Amino acid sequence: MKRIYSIIVENESGVLSRVANLFSARGYNIESLSVAPIDEEGLSRMTIVTDGNEQVLEQIGKQLNKLIDVIKVIQFGDEPYVEREMALIKMHTDRNTRAEVLRIVDIFRGKVVDVSHDSYTIEVTGDSTKIDAILSLLEPLGIKELARTGKVAMIREKKR
Amino acid sequence: MKLTGAEIFIESLKREGVEYLFGIPGGAVIDLHDALYKQDNIKFILTRHEQAAVHMADGYARSTGKPGVALVTSGPGATNTITGLATAYMDSVPIVVFTGQVPTPLIGNDAFQEADIVGMSRPCTKYNFLVKDVNELSKTIKKAFYIATTGRPGPVLIDFPKDIQVSKTEFKYPDTIHIRGYNPTYHGNPKQIKKVVKAIANSKKPLLYVGGGAVISEAHNEIYNLAKKLQIPVFTTLMGIGAFPEDDELSLGMAGMHGTFRANMAIQYCDMLISVGARFDDRVTGKVSEFAPYAKIVHIDIDPTSISKNIEVDYPLVGDAKLVLKDMSPLFDGYSTINWKEVRKPWLDQINKWKNEHKLAYNKETEEIVPQYVIEKLNELTKSEDPIISTEVGQHQMWVAQFYTFKKPRRLLTSGGLGTMGYGFPAGIGAKFGFDNKQVYIIAGDGSFQMNVQELSTIAAYNKSVKIIIMNNGYLGMVRQWQQLFYGRRYSNTVLEVQPDFVKLAESYGIKARRIRKKSEVAEALKELVAYKNPYLLDVVIAKEENVYPMVPAGASLDNMLLT
Repeated sequence: MKRIYSIIVENESGVLSRVANLFSARGYNIESLSVAPIDEEGLSRMTIVTDGNEQVLEQIGKQLNKLIDVIKVIQFGDEPYVEREMALIKMHTDRNTRAEVLRIVDIFRGKVVDVSHDSYTIEVTGDSTKIDAILSLLEPLGIKELARTGKVAMIREKKR
Repeated sequence: MKLTGAEIFIESLKREGVEYLFGIPGGAVIDLHDALYKQDNIKFILTRHEQAAVHMADGYARSTGKPGVALVTSGPGATNTITGLATAYMDSVPIVVFTGQVPTPLIGNDAFQEADIVGMSRPCTKYNFLVKDVNELSKTIKKAFYIATTGRPGPVLIDFPKDIQVSKTEFKYPDTIHIRGYNPTYHGNPKQIKKVVKAIANSKKPLLYVGGGAVISEAHNEIYNLAKKLQIPVFTTLMGIGAFPEDDELSLGMAGMHGTFRANMAIQYCDMLISVGARFDDRVTGKVSEFAPYAKIVHIDIDPTSISKNIEVDYPLVGDAKLVLKDMSPLFDGYSTINWKEVRKPWLDQINKWKNEHKLAYNKETEEIVPQYVIEKLNELTKSEDPIISTEVGQHQMWVAQFYTFKKPRRLLTSGGLGTMGYGFPAGIGAKFGFDNKQVYIIAGDGSFQMNVQELSTIAAYNKSVKIIIMNNGYLGMVRQWQQLFYGRRYSNTVLEVQPDFVKLAESYGIKARRIRKKSEVAEALKELVAYKNPYLLDVVIAKEENVYPMVPAGASLDNMLLT
């Protein structure tokens, strides 16, 4: 079972190592991890995608909460949430493939952010299934390089 | 007035009430030692190895309940503390370890005696710090003591670079500290407490499972009152020993791999298991899937991660053991019409039957010295003086747990979680610094004693009158026992072919020592040891292949005990 945790942490040196160590020392798996500062001074948000059975996931939540540098643990699952990931995809292109690449990018509402004689660099944003989908379509056309950010997520506000 | 980092260090420790620092000096902490030289409030205890210094701080902390403090130098001084930190971390002991560090501009340059101790110690400390600015120093020390001693206690390390020790700033020690990501839960949820009380009151065969957390939170009186009021039998873990008087009729002794027959059987047949400050360690549970099969389980623990980690529990209750039990107590008044003695009779009768079926026993018909007999004799001779017993790790440790009758908490010092050979001797020395008026007995194996044997120097130098009893069988006995029982008697690398003459060794430090080989000498030799006013080492040559029984083989369920 996959789960996304979003944790708010103190922006101190060693925090990333503490979190990463928690996973490695207990044999838990990190599928993706993204970290960046948030608007409140001195704090960062880490979004971690992990998997495990119910008991493991419960332990991960508790263990994260136990870390002194962790201020808040948000667990995604029961409530509706938005998740997004961005990918930069550098494509080999030539006369025969350019049009097809552009069509796919257009369908997925991606952008071409860099062009050269024999390549396009594409930016695409969406949930992971969307990124996976565009990648599977672009794959046969020749992906040169790929960078994915890993997920970020947020709980949806309650609608009245 | 501005103070140097070194002076701030001293002033801060004074504010924390620190009496002793255990450690060894070195290049990166000379300035701290210079500041120590100029004052009399804090005494520095010079050990012979940094690992031992940390164990001394640990033994001081476990016996007194106050944080123990160690100070070592950078590089190898710092890396030598790792085993001590990991030992304290596993058993939740509040210690603060200061390590010297190379000057901040040199950090990361592979400077002389540089080690990334903050990185190395991260997995075996509750928290650690690198001080990068002298203005942060006093706040960091305050935080370190606060984190070490609150919630589930544990070791905290402060890495203290040499240039910070000589930088100056205004000294102000914070009165209070708040860390926004650290808010331990002390009081249990009242609704959950009500539910738990009801479940306990309605159970027929309840059993109290008391661990080290009960000792740490000093919940012994509350446990005693609950047990007595509702007539609930009690077993402890190794770490929980002393949290319930072992001479009480409701005491089942220790449970687990080398637990008593009655305690292990009670676990397997109880219908309500009330765990107080224990963590369902594999040495207690045996085969997890067959542990306490008929029981509803209540788990009281201050650390939420301990709950449902190894065993799914029915009633989790996060909070401080003492406070939770205190809150529970008045709720049992609603059941005051019940005659608990009568209600409990069938259960206690069953337990008594188990008790009489298989008592802890050993061979009494031999001229050789059997180690259990030595512990029994020591118990007999010392029970009135309420001593502290410190053990190493192995067979002798289990014999102490089985055959010494502990009646109070903080009287047994032993490395439970990590199982650190070399712990007991220095830990006992640390306890002696905490309680100069109390007898401290160190019970060691001939293998583990040699892991910190150099501390004979320390007790000689400070004339700390600890009493050492070596159970000498010429083996790494516990591993040998496993080899005998499960590995076809192939004693691979467990025979200690060359041993020092422990008597001559002690004497070379100016410490009185004696060796005995016959059972008939035991009582008289122990009397001499107890009465002697200075340090004393007794080398007891014991039956070579004596085993610890009962024994639950690793991975078996608790009712599968080897009894002889």
